[in-house]
Order: sequence, then C-alpha cells, then structure tokens
Amino acid sequence: MKKTTKTRDLILSLLLAAAVCALLGWYQADTSAHSYAISIIERSAIYAVVAVAMNLLNGFTGLFSLGQAGFMAIGAYVTAVLTIPVEVRPSVYYMNGIEDWLANLSLPMIPAMVVGGLFAAAAAALIGIPVLRLKSDYLAIATLGFSEIIRALLAAPMMDRITNGSYGLNNIPGFSNIFQPILIAAVCIALMVLLINSSYGRAFKAIREDDVAAEAMGINLFRHKELSFVISSFFTGVAGGMLAVFMRSIDTKTFQVTLTYNILLIVVLGGIGSVTGSIIGSLLINGGQEWLRFLDEPLTVAGVNIPLFRPGFRMVIYSLLLMVVVLFWRRGIMGTSEFTWNGLFGLFKRKKKKKPQTGGEA
Amino acid sequence: MAENVLHVEHVTMQFGGVVAVNDLSLDVNEGEIVALIGPNGAGKTTAFNVITGVYAPTNGLVSFRGKPMVENYPRGKMKKQYLGEYPVKYNQVISKTPDQITGLGIARTFQNIRLFKNLTVFDNVLIARHARSKANVFSAAFRLNHREEQENRKKTMELLKMVGLDKEKDEISSSLPYGKQRRLEIARALATEPSLLLLDEPAAGMNPQETDELSAFIRQIKKDFNLTVFVIEHHMDLIMEISDRIYVLDFGKLIAQGTPEEIQNDPNVISAYLGVQEDE
Repeated sequence: MKKTTKTRDLILSLLLAAAVCALLGWYQADTSAHSYAISIIERSAIYAVVAVAMNLLNGFTGLFSLGQAGFMAIGAYVTAVLTIPVEVRPSVYYMNGIEDWLANLSLPMIPAMVVGGLFAAAAAALIGIPVLRLKSDYLAIATLGFSEIIRALLAAPMMDRITNGSYGLNNIPGFSNIFQPILIAAVCIALMVLLINSSYGRAFKAIREDDVAAEAMGINLFRHKELSFVISSFFTGVAGGMLAVFMRSIDTKTFQVTLTYNILLIVVLGGIGSVTGSIIGSLLINGGQEWLRFLDEPLTVAGVNIPLFRPGFRMVIYSLLLMVVVLFWRRGIMGTSEFTWNGLFGLFKRKKKKKPQTGGEA
Repeated sequence: MAENVLHVEHVTMQFGGVVAVNDLSLDVNEGEIVALIGPNGAGKTTAFNVITGVYAPTNGLVSFRGKPMVENYPRGKMKKQYLGEYPVKYNQVISKTPDQITGLGIARTFQNIRLFKNLTVFDNVLIARHARSKANVFSAAFRLNHREEQENRKKTMELLKMVGLDKEKDEISSSLPYGKQRRLEIARALATEPSLLLLDEPAAGMNPQETDELSAFIRQIKKDFNLTVFVIEHHMDLIMEISDRIYVLDFGKLIAQGTPEEIQNDPNVISAYLGVQEDE
C-alpha cells in the first residue's frame, strides 16, 4: 500500500516535471511570441529563490529580517560588474571611467553569480555580529536599515568608478534560454531544502520554537543564527545576480525597500515555514499582477464605458485579493506544511465527501 | 568518598535591590540524588539558572568536576549595591554559556515545560543530539554524515522506547498529555548525554499515581544512564522517597541540609514550611 503510493507520487512528480519542461520548451521554441510569459516565469523563479532564502531565515530560524533588497543589490552589482563584456565597458562607464583593476576582470555568468553570493554572505557575516543579538521587530528594523545603507553605499560618488553611481549598469548579458534561470533557481532551492532537512535545519527550527530550550540542548545560538543569516544571504545574493542578468540593466533604485516587501508578501502568502508555499506564492504574486492587467484597459459593455476600468484599477483589485487570501488562509496558502500529492488528493476528497478526518493538509 | 560532581560556592544572585539567592553553597557527589527544596519564591529556580549559565551570579563560584564554569564578583554598578552576606572574595569572571555547559555534560528540564511545541516527539529528541554530532553544515546538508545521522535516529528511538513514548513518536509534542510532555522533556535532556541531570519540579501538576511512577522512573534512568541527579521539587513525598540528601532554601538562604530524616525533624524547616507560632 505504502509502496504503491510512493511509486504513484514518483510517477506524478515526473509527469509534472515533464509537463513543465514541455511548456518551457514550447515557450522557448518561439521566444518572441511568448516573451511576456517567459518574463513572468523567469521573474517568478528569481523571486522564488529569494522567498525560500527569506523563509529559511524567517520561517525556519525565526529571525525576522528585512535586509533582502540590500543583499540582492550586492549580488546584482557584483554579477553585473563581472559579466558586462570587457569591450563594452568603456561605453557603460562613459561618465566616470572604470577602475583599472576592474577593466579587464570578467567572469562567466554562473561563477559571477556565485561570487556575488559570496560577497552578500560576507556582508551578512559582518552585519550579523551586531544585529543578531536583537530579536523580532528590532532585528527587522536593524536589517532594514542596513539594507538601505548598502544601497546608499553602492550609489555613493566614491564608488562611481566601480558601480557607475547613479547611472546604473547596463549591457549585462541576459539568459541565453528560459531553462537557464529555472535550472539555477532549482539548484539553489534544492540546496536550501537539503539544509533545512539536515540536522542543522532541525537546530534552526529548535531556535525558532524556543531559543532558551535550544540553548539548553547545547545549540550555540549565535553560531546557528549567524549560519542561517549567512546562508540565506548567499542565496539572496545569487538571486540578486539572477535579477541583474534578467533585467539586463540595474541601478540602485531597483533595490529599494519595496523589493523586500514584495518578497515578504510572497513568503507570507505562501506560508511562513513552507518551501513549496514560497514557490507557489512567487508564481501567484508575479503572475497575478500581470493576469489582472485587463482591469487597466477601458471596458465598454453594451456601448456604456464602465468608469472603474482605468489604469491603476488593477492594483486595487490585486490588493483586495491579497487581503481576502490572508483573511481566509491566516497562515498562508500552505501554512507550515509542504506540498504532497496526498495533500492535493485529500483536498479533492474532502470537497467531495466532506470527510473531516482527512489528515493531509494541502 | 565519591567524586564531587557539582560544587556551588557562596553564590549570591541579586536583581536590582532583591537578593534572590544569598550565599548558597552546596555539593553534589557522583551517583547521588540531591534535592533542593523550599517554599515558593525561595530562589530555587534562580539557583538552577545560575548553575546552567542562564544568569551570571552577582558573586560566587560554580564548578563542575573540579573545573570552574561560572564565577563572578560584584562589578560596576553592583559594587555599591551589593547586599549579599558573603564578603567579596572572587576576582575573576568566568561565564560559560548554557550551550557550553550542556556540552560539559549537564542537562536540565524546565519548570514550565519548554518543548519545541510544533515539532514531533521524535524531532524534539533528535534535535538534542545535534550538539553532539560532529558534522559541519556542508557534510550535514549533503548527507555525508549518513552513518552518524543513522546512529542518532537509532539512539533517539531507544530513548523514546525507554521513556515509553515510542508509540507517540510522530505526534506533535504539544498534543501530548501533561505527564508525557514531562517525560519527553527528560528524554530530550538525556539525549544530550549528560552525566548530571538537573530536574526543575518534575512532578509539578502530577497526580499521586503519576508521581509514584515518576520516582520509579527517575531511579531507573539514574541507574541506566549512570547519572547524578539534582532535583528541585515541591512534592514532599517524592523528595523524601528518592533523595539521598536535601538542601532547604528559604528567602534565598540555605536554612538546613541533611538526609531526609534529618530534614523532616529540623525545627527550622518546619517553621519555614508551616510558619512559626507567634508568642503573644
């Protein structure tokens, strides 16, 4: 019985993966016709990485940090600086010129993203020493502040010859196909899931549940919090690099606090403490904003122009929908549980038979 | 003479102007069950928190197997405010953190149960094995510590069987009945491989039958794990039955010590617990 459900789940998972691959392949076959859908999917993949990284910190370790935009900025700038082709650099840095040591320093895309992640992790390690002594709201405010400091530093005139200051960086080579960002995102998320399910992940959960008891069980609080903060920031940095490659031109305005709030929205909507929730949340948030775009168009029913349908109406409905979701699913769509096929089938069964005992929560 | 395990020397713990523990000295020797009793607010849990590194004492020394692990003297603002009876003698500051103290082999339970509420019974115990595991974050994430992990899971299962919670292993720990939560907390403490177990009111909220079971249980684990046990308790029946020696604390001060018989007949203890007849 157990074995048959296992094989069934495996087959279903493979089918799902195949379907996703087929869909992506279909989009890839004619990129110009599907450029809109492709950009939504790529952005969702990038946001999903940041959301899972934020979840590792907020949902699993219980550290409410709002520094995501700052760490993404570090990763994005490092990746951008390293991947802009050497020959176009003079035209990118036409105002201020470029530092000599940097002029010929370049890396392929993926190593550049890893280096970006490492820079973000190093910044997190330094920031973490003073900041991780704080708890809950205070930690959130402190990390928010640091994220703004990072942004200000990147835009500072002293950094002009590296970051190109307020002019931003452009001519960043983009992804060569749609599979690239999806694959990078999948690897990042898989690594974080491996960590969450390891004994370190359990220690993180223990700190979330009760830090006094965790410490009494021999878990070094500072070391584990710092570890979680650094790892989360590493993947946030990598995702920042992905965002730079995706957008092909960045400046510091890309990484304002709003970006962090968007990620937080994804995490809360998907369920704090659920990896699959974050992925689903990312798809819904990024897709939702676009799917509702018809609300911005003027609508004429039987010759009468409905006055509400005008640019901006989309965001009103979108916000209302978010409020409804949060009201009805208090703990997000997935709560703290993960997606399982059993849970999905349980959802249908419950609806059909109204059987209250069905254990699996979808 | 058995080896000294825990040595508490002239410990004073002062919060602002309140002296919660005043000049407390006690010893726990290898293989003993020693109890610390006293009326509510006598400073028992504070004493435990000093021993396990949660609070740094205002003055005094705690050592484990001959090695000092907590030491302090009134410094800074406390220099003027110090109200303890013991004159200042210590001159260095040693403050091991709770996780380091657990690493030395001291495990504790809490008066108000502190389980990892939303995790399963099994995970609660398994987490306590983490501190003893040697895997670093990479070997753990990539499952290179497979053998160790397997070993930890086996030991966790054995512990759960021993405390009789193996059937509930997949239940969320906060859904367990009270008595079982207490047992789980003890199992979790044992998973850190302690040689000294500190129990903070293990019988609180238990009925007489559960209390009887608990005293048998404490004796059993003491034998099976080669433990020394230091227990805080209100429940006189339990204390008189299991402990080898008893210390009595009242208003932060030690008022008596001795075997259960001696304590039962000590006039100071009787007056502390029952109140003194006032002469008119």
